[in-house]
Amino acid sequence: MYKFILAFRYMFRKRISYLALLAVSLCVFIVVVVMTVMTGLVDDFKRKNHEFVGDCVVATESLVGFGQYEDFVKILEGCDFVQAVSAVIRSYGLVSPGGSGQCVGVEIMGIDPVRHSQVTGFGKMLHYRSGQVSKAFEPVYDPNLPGCIAAVDLKLPRDARGGYVYGAGPDREGLAVSCFPLTAKGALARAGAGEVNTKTFYCSDYARSGLARIDDSLIYLPFEQAQMLCGMGQQPKRVSMLLVKFRQGVKPENGSRKVSRLWADYAAQIKAEKKSVPQLENVTVQNWKQYRRAYIAAMEKEQTMMIVMFALVAVTTVFIVFVVFYMIISHKSKDIGILKSIGVSNVDLIGLFSCFAFIMASVSCCVGVFLGWLFLVKINGIEDWLFEHFRFQLWDRSIYAIDAIPNTVDFKVLSGIVLSGICVCLAGALAASRRAMKARPVDSLQVSQL
Amino acid sequence: MSNADIILTAENVYKSYRLGAAQVRVLEGLDLAVKRGEFVAIVGASGSGKSTLLHILGALDRPDKGTVRFEDWDLGRINGRKLNKFRNEMVGFVFQFYHLLDELNVLENVFLPAMVSSTAAGWVIRRGSAKKRAFELLNQLGLGERANHKPYQLSGGERQRTALARALMNNPKLLLADEPTGNLDSATGNGILEVISGLNRAGQTVVMVTHDEEVAGRAGRVIVLSDGKIRQRHPAP
Repeated sequence: MYKFILAFRYMFRKRISYLALLAVSLCVFIVVVVMTVMTGLVDDFKRKNHEFVGDCVVATESLVGFGQYEDFVKILEGCDFVQAVSAVIRSYGLVSPGGSGQCVGVEIMGIDPVRHSQVTGFGKMLHYRSGQVSKAFEPVYDPNLPGCIAAVDLKLPRDARGGYVYGAGPDREGLAVSCFPLTAKGALARAGAGEVNTKTFYCSDYARSGLARIDDSLIYLPFEQAQMLCGMGQQPKRVSMLLVKFRQGVKPENGSRKVSRLWADYAAQIKAEKKSVPQLENVTVQNWKQYRRAYIAAMEKEQTMMIVMFALVAVTTVFIVFVVFYMIISHKSKDIGILKSIGVSNVDLIGLFSCFAFIMASVSCCVGVFLGWLFLVKINGIEDWLFEHFRFQLWDRSIYAIDAIPNTVDFKVLSGIVLSGICVCLAGALAASRRAMKARPVDSLQVSQL
Repeated sequence: MSNADIILTAENVYKSYRLGAAQVRVLEGLDLAVKRGEFVAIVGASGSGKSTLLHILGALDRPDKGTVRFEDWDLGRINGRKLNKFRNEMVGFVFQFYHLLDELNVLENVFLPAMVSSTAAGWVIRRGSAKKRAFELLNQLGLGERANHKPYQLSGGERQRTALARALMNNPKLLLADEPTGNLDSATGNGILEVISGLNRAGQTVVMVTHDEEVAGRAGRVIVLSDGKIRQRHPAP
C-alpha cells in the first residue's frame, strides 16, 4: 500500500515529476498527431485506389487488349461471390480542346457508366451527374451530343488554396480525342482500314478520383466509342481489363484467387478449342492492391520510413525518460536509504518506482492523447488560419489530392501509442531502479562515518 | 551473565573502507555483547567507527570479517526476506538527521514500518490497529497534535521524536540510536534522552552512539571505542 501512496506523492508533489510528465506528454502528443495524419493519408490513398479499380482486375498490360471477354464476363456474373463486372478499354490518346490549338496526351478509359459505378466508386467521382450515373455521358446542355468525362485537373482551375472552382455546369466545349487504333496483332491500323481514330466529344462532367496522377490526365469515354477508337471494336472484340466487385464479406485476396482459377480454366478451354484469341496468354488476375502496387508501395514505403523515424524518436524518448527517472531516483537516494532501513526489499523498491512510472505514464498518455485529439480536431481550422494569415498550407492539394487533413483517430493506433508509452516509462524506471537496488542503505543515507 | 540474557553479540568484527588509494581500517577485531534490557552507550572520537559499528549491529552494513548475532540470527549471513524482516521488526533505528520521508505526514511516517510489513490486502485489516498504535506513540511523545503535519513543519526535537515513534512502531527488541541528540539544542536533546531512558526503564534494549560523555552518562554501560577496538568498558557514573 505504501508503494501506491508514495508513488502518488512523488508524482504530484515534485516539480521534477511535472517536467517528466510534460516531456512524456509531448512525445505522446507528437506521435498521436503524426501517426494519425500519416496513417490517414495512407489509408485515404489506399481507399481511393481501391475505389478506382474495384476488388479484382483481370487485365493485360498490352494496349492491344484481349478477346473473348464476353463469355468470361458471363461466367463471372454467374458466380455467387461476384457482385458486378465492368469491362474497360484503357489506352492513350491526344486531346485538342476545340479551337485552342493545344494538344495534350491523355489516358483514355472506355466504360459503361452504370456497370462501372457498380464495381468502382465512379458514381461518387462525378460532380454534376453524381446521382444520375446512367446519364453520365449526356451533356446537360445537349444530351444528343457525344459526351465524355474529363478528369478534374484537365479542365478545372484551382483556387489559391487548391480547391476546384466548379461552374453551374461543365464547359460547352468540344474535345477532339485522337487515339492510336491497334490491330489484333498489335500493328497500328492503317487509314482506310475501317478504323476511326479521331472523334469530337463534349464534356458532360468532371471526374475526381482523388489520385493526382489520374485526375490530371484521364478522359472517360463511352465504352463502344472507346473500343472503336482504340481499334478493339473489330471482331473478335477486345477489352483492356475487366474490373470485378465481390459480394460483401468476400476478401479481395480470396475472391481474386477464385477468379484466377476461373480464368485459367477458361483460357485452357479456349486453347483446347484452338480459337485464335489475341493476347490471352498475357492476361493476369490481380487483386486491387497488387494491381496498384506501384503507387501504393511508394506510400507504404513513406509510412515505413515514418515508422523508422518514430522508432528513433521512441529511442530518444526512452533515453529522456531514463534520464528523468534516473534524476528522480538519484534525488530520492535518502528515501531509498530510509525505506531500506525499515525493511523495504529491493523488489518492493522496484515496485515503488514502477508504480510511480506507471502513474506517470498513464497520466502523461492521457494528457498527450487529449492534446493530440484536441489538435487533430482543430488541425484543419489551424491550417485555414495559417493560410489566411501567412499563406501557408501544410499539404499542397494539387499533389496530395485531399480535401482536408485526415484527423480521424484510429483506436488501434491510439492503444498502440498508449501501450508503448507505458512500456517506455516502465523500461526507463526499471533501468533506473537498478541503481536503487544496488544502493547500500548506509550510502544512501550518507551517514557512513569513519 | 547467562547466554539467555544476551540479545546481541559481535565477535572479532573487522571493517575497513577504501578512501581513494588508501585502505582505512575502522574496526579491528571488536568484541561486544549486549544484554536484554540493557542501555549501552558507545562513545569515541569522530572517526573512531562508532556509527559503522551501529550500522553493522543493525544490519545496515556488513562486517568484512567476524560474526554479529542477534538472538539466533547470524546477521552476517541473513539475506533477502529475513534481512528485511530483521530491519522491519527486530530493530528500530533513530538517526542523527531524523531521516523522515518528506512526502508523508507525521502519522504516516510513524506507521510506515507497519505498512511495509503488510500486504495491500493485509493493510486494509491492519490499518485501524496500526493507526491506533501510531497515535498512542505520538501522544506518548507529545506529538498528538502534530499528526497531520509534514516533517518540514516540525522543529528538530519534534522530528526526532517522530523518528523515535517510527522506530518503536513495530515493537522492536532492539533500539539503535545514532547521535540522537547530535542535531538538537541541549534542552530538546535532554527531552529525547528522557524518552529513551524511560523506554529502557520499561525494558527496551537500547544501543546509542554519541560523542558526548554527558549524554553517554544516561546509559547503564558506556563503551569507549578507539582505534577500532573497545578500550574501556565501565558502568555510567
